[in-house]
Amino acid sequence: MTEYLLLRHRDIPAIDQLAVYRENGGFAAFEKALKQLQPGDVLTAVKASGLRGRGGAGFPTGTKWSFLPETIWPHYVVANADESEPGTFKDREILERNPFQFLEGLMLACFAVQARVGYVYLRGEFWPLTQKLNRCILELEQAGLLGDHVLGTDVSLRIYTHLGAGAYICGEETALLESIEGKLGQPRLRPPFPAVSGLFARPTVINNVETLTNVPLIIARGADWFRTLGTEDSPGVKIFSLSGCVNHPGNYELPFGTTFRTLIEQYGGGTPDGRAIKAIMPAGASSTILVADAQTLDTPMDYKSVAAIGGQLGSASVIVVDDSVNMADLVNQTVHFFKHESCGKCTPCREGTYWMAHITARLAGDQPDAQDAALLGSVARQMQNKCLCALGEFSTMAVVSALEKFPQDFGIS
Amino acid sequence: MNLLLQQSSAEVEQILVRYPAEHRRAAVMPLLFLAQRTTGRIDSQALADIAEITGLSTTDVASIMGFYTLFHAEEDGGGRFRIQVCTDMPCALRGARQFLAAFCEALGIQPGQTTPDGLITVEEVKCLAACDHAPFLQVQGDGELVDYPDQTVESALALVETLRQKPWARY
Repeated sequence: MTEYLLLRHRDIPAIDQLAVYRENGGFAAFEKALKQLQPGDVLTAVKASGLRGRGGAGFPTGTKWSFLPETIWPHYVVANADESEPGTFKDREILERNPFQFLEGLMLACFAVQARVGYVYLRGEFWPLTQKLNRCILELEQAGLLGDHVLGTDVSLRIYTHLGAGAYICGEETALLESIEGKLGQPRLRPPFPAVSGLFARPTVINNVETLTNVPLIIARGADWFRTLGTEDSPGVKIFSLSGCVNHPGNYELPFGTTFRTLIEQYGGGTPDGRAIKAIMPAGASSTILVADAQTLDTPMDYKSVAAIGGQLGSASVIVVDDSVNMADLVNQTVHFFKHESCGKCTPCREGTYWMAHITARLAGDQPDAQDAALLGSVARQMQNKCLCALGEFSTMAVVSALEKFPQDFGIS
Repeated sequence: MNLLLQQSSAEVEQILVRYPAEHRRAAVMPLLFLAQRTTGRIDSQALADIAEITGLSTTDVASIMGFYTLFHAEEDGGGRFRIQVCTDMPCALRGARQFLAAFCEALGIQPGQTTPDGLITVEEVKCLAACDHAPFLQVQGDGELVDYPDQTVESALALVETLRQKPWARY
């Protein structure tokens, strides 16, 4: 990689200072948009770039923005900084080290959908980052980039942070909106969708931090340039959070289409003691578990290719599992997470995660029992397609795939 | 008498201005953080104060407090500082469970318990979005959260001593 695009602080360490960010082209895209472009131009450019949401679902960002009706006002933009998926730690680095590029992206999104207020919802554990972001926002107000008459125009724009307080579910976009509104973080029934009735029952765009951090580049350098990176299906670069059994865990900004093998061996330095890789979880704890055979390792990491081998790329949180790990124990840990984080609103998730946690605890013990394994599979399959939000579904992914691919670890001969 | 409003009126105003006037309840979480800042816990007086400011019932405010894990009710107890260690799967693959067990053993407590001086509670928590820096912990107390990456038992015990030396830790 010749140049970092999202983790730009790795090239320019002081880029978290406004003056340094501006010296390196920062806010040129926002100023250009404000003074030379119409909101529709920004939307068209983002659509043409093929940018897809980096929070997990991979939904086309420009398309999402275009859903907001022009008949209901005001519009809101909400940045989702509730990064809580086990294995994911990319937004933390952006917010900590390159906050102004993220904020410029959020401001461009507000401009594109004509929102006058944007919120950043940060998980409560990001308390220190919130303090930092509040200082950045204050500096932007003092520089005339936020507030009334931004850069001398008629545009008024304000950004506020809202701190969560420890709930994985608030990463789910409708639960997040409930949480900003001062309610329990529990998902809403859809429809209506947030694009029509979101925050305070107004049309709302919700985008992940990494997604928004791409936007200034697209406006500054153009959609065609953006499409020269990555693959046709998944343009651009991606921050891959690499963790688990690797020598060098961390964030790696690479083009979409880089293989698992390159990420794990070349960048991650392989496994400790050179142990064999047993499995890969490409989308954090919510992943379908992939057997780490040659075919998987040589699969390009883009949405389409990972789906083609039966997985999901999700937020690209690659957890490496080596052959010292017992899969029943690993699944017990993922299920325990989901049991703890279930919001309790819908019965399949609330009850299902409770029972899966109990059964997997037994299976992770000394004498796993094939009857328990069958019962576990039955509970998981009964939950699928019945939960109110995606997070209930996520709790079953590792369970079902591990039972199928590693039966010996569950006492099934 | 609304103590919260009396003691922190400027900050309460700064919070309220972020949300549309007709949606005052949106301020409930930032107000709970504000109420928790000094003592690390939220008492019934604070719940009533927040209810009055937001137009909610005290029961509603209490239910919000109970739903989110970083809010602590007065009656829940716990130390002045909460050392929160992530042991989720990616951290566990890097030894976080062994770290937590050894750290607690050195302190002579179990996870979830408070040191005999009543100052420090060690809690096992869910993902903190720092899986590349396991064992990772955060300290909640003094109205703030501070991160401590790449911990060893020695570094964590040194941190405990630092917390014990804090002047306000002694009341």
